[in-house]
Amino acid sequence: MAVIAGSRPSVPSLAAALGGAARILQRNLLVYRRTWRGSLFGSFLTPLLYLSAMGIGLATLMANGARGALGGFSYVDFLGPGILASSCMQSASFESTYPIMGKIMWRKNYEAILATPIQVHHLLLGELSWIGFRMTTMSSVFLVVLTLFGIPRSPLALLAIPFAVLTGLAFAAPIIAFSATRTNDSGFAALFRFVINPLFLFSGTFFPVSQLPDAVEWVAAATPLYHGVALVRGAVLDAMPATWPLHLAYLLVFLAATAYVAYRLLYRRLVK
Amino acid sequence: MPPTDEVLVHARGLTKRFGEFTAVNAVDFDVRTAEAFGFLGPNGAGKTSTMKMIACSSPVTDGDLSVIGMDPRRQAAQIKARLGVVPQTDNLDAELSVIENLLMYARYFDIPTSVSRPRAAELLEFMQLTERANDQVEPLSGGMKRRLTIARALINEPELIILDEPTTGLDPQARHLLWERLYRLKQRGATLIITTHYMDEAEQLCDRLVVMDKALIVAAGTPRELIEQYSTREVLELRIPDGARESLDGRLDGLAERVEELPDRYLLYADDGEHALEAVHAREIPIESALVRRATLEDVFLRLTGRSLVE
Repeated sequence: MAVIAGSRPSVPSLAAALGGAARILQRNLLVYRRTWRGSLFGSFLTPLLYLSAMGIGLATLMANGARGALGGFSYVDFLGPGILASSCMQSASFESTYPIMGKIMWRKNYEAILATPIQVHHLLLGELSWIGFRMTTMSSVFLVVLTLFGIPRSPLALLAIPFAVLTGLAFAAPIIAFSATRTNDSGFAALFRFVINPLFLFSGTFFPVSQLPDAVEWVAAATPLYHGVALVRGAVLDAMPATWPLHLAYLLVFLAATAYVAYRLLYRRLVK
Repeated sequence: MPPTDEVLVHARGLTKRFGEFTAVNAVDFDVRTAEAFGFLGPNGAGKTSTMKMIACSSPVTDGDLSVIGMDPRRQAAQIKARLGVVPQTDNLDAELSVIENLLMYARYFDIPTSVSRPRAAELLEFMQLTERANDQVEPLSGGMKRRLTIARALINEPELIILDEPTTGLDPQARHLLWERLYRLKQRGATLIITTHYMDEAEQLCDRLVVMDKALIVAAGTPRELIEQYSTREVLELRIPDGARESLDGRLDGLAERVEELPDRYLLYADDGEHALEAVHAREIPIESALVRRATLEDVFLRLTGRSLVE
């Protein structure tokens, strides 16, 4: 047993990191092969239900005067892209809780993988790529449904996909960091109840944040979802706000910073 | 392939601390190419921590360690590329099938599937798992999962295979099958490092071993050397009737090199057990039953690490 395949250079190189991340992505895709139909169907159903119930049902109760507060758009138009961004937040958040914790402590996948040349930052990059992939398929299906409702105004709407993916990742990274510190799953229920669901309700998905009292408005504006909704809505409705570079920069910086924290916490958890 | 003099793993003053707790306290050992090297010791002795440092999955706190001529501090990924690791508890990928577990693991080593597919088929054959290739992992028996974990550790054709308690929890048939496979790996020239607290396993598999206790190496040598050094060739086990124990005071003295009193029996360590038994009869010591047996590593182990429970 002498010939060894797969030795890597000792210098931590970007190529090795991307190669390692690609393996993690590949592993998750291998598992996904068995479940993708159900998952895509879910991506199709969610916007359909929301837009039918709220966009059509609820909107008919609204006075036309609401249009002013909605930037001149109908409620369905306003709601559709908001739901897209916040669904990405919810799915990416979920993917960063139980599945990650399972791989850390229940099924110990990471322990097995770290016995190979794969390193912790490859793992993290791989999981984020995987969540990015899931968000891409989800928002693509979503966009098709929005199109069925006649919501997108121009091809600029395609930009909503990367914006929505970025929004999801900006939640995935800090929540992976959180999961890396947990020794049981009891924190996850609280995370969804006290963080994710309130954000879903108050970050501009269902109504403009400007409707909120000033103090609450500032809190909402500090969360990634607010910025994600602004970008996705701007792209879908071909009405990018003048502040779009700020929203984009906020999400990118937030993602980079929380991904670094996630790396440190995962490393501390997995390498003892 | 007989063991060589070439040193594959070299440790001097190797230390692992977790905060205030010292798990491995400045141990020295050398593992040679193509030998089976054992770490024996009770739970918590520091065996697994030592294994993890060798496997580059746990950073060395202090001391020198070289694995396959490389430094785990700087070259962990290259070392890992040439290791096979079998952890104490199976960590197979429960979401993949048996064959996918091997093929995917090969990808983590950057081995293309065109190379790993025939290799995986061969390993499944070797580990008697061919019929289960497309099954999910969960319904497999404990022995099968263990064999699959070992097959997975071999997918990169490692030079050094690290097995942490490879047969714990398996039934005798499964253990013997594993021993036989590990022996065949050794014959093919693989170097094995094994931790165990089964003495029969150590005697079966290990060319040389160290006994660890409380973070230290307390003895080192071949199984035969250890028995010679820490035990006698034979052991006479005596059961004395309950009422007669008190009146025994001092009457066993001088019959053996060492006498150990246990709650249910006496152990007389003597090179010639039959001779010692004759002497017991000559002194008319009342006995319920007597057994002469060869000394084993278990006697060495209990002498070195004590009889009290470690929990």
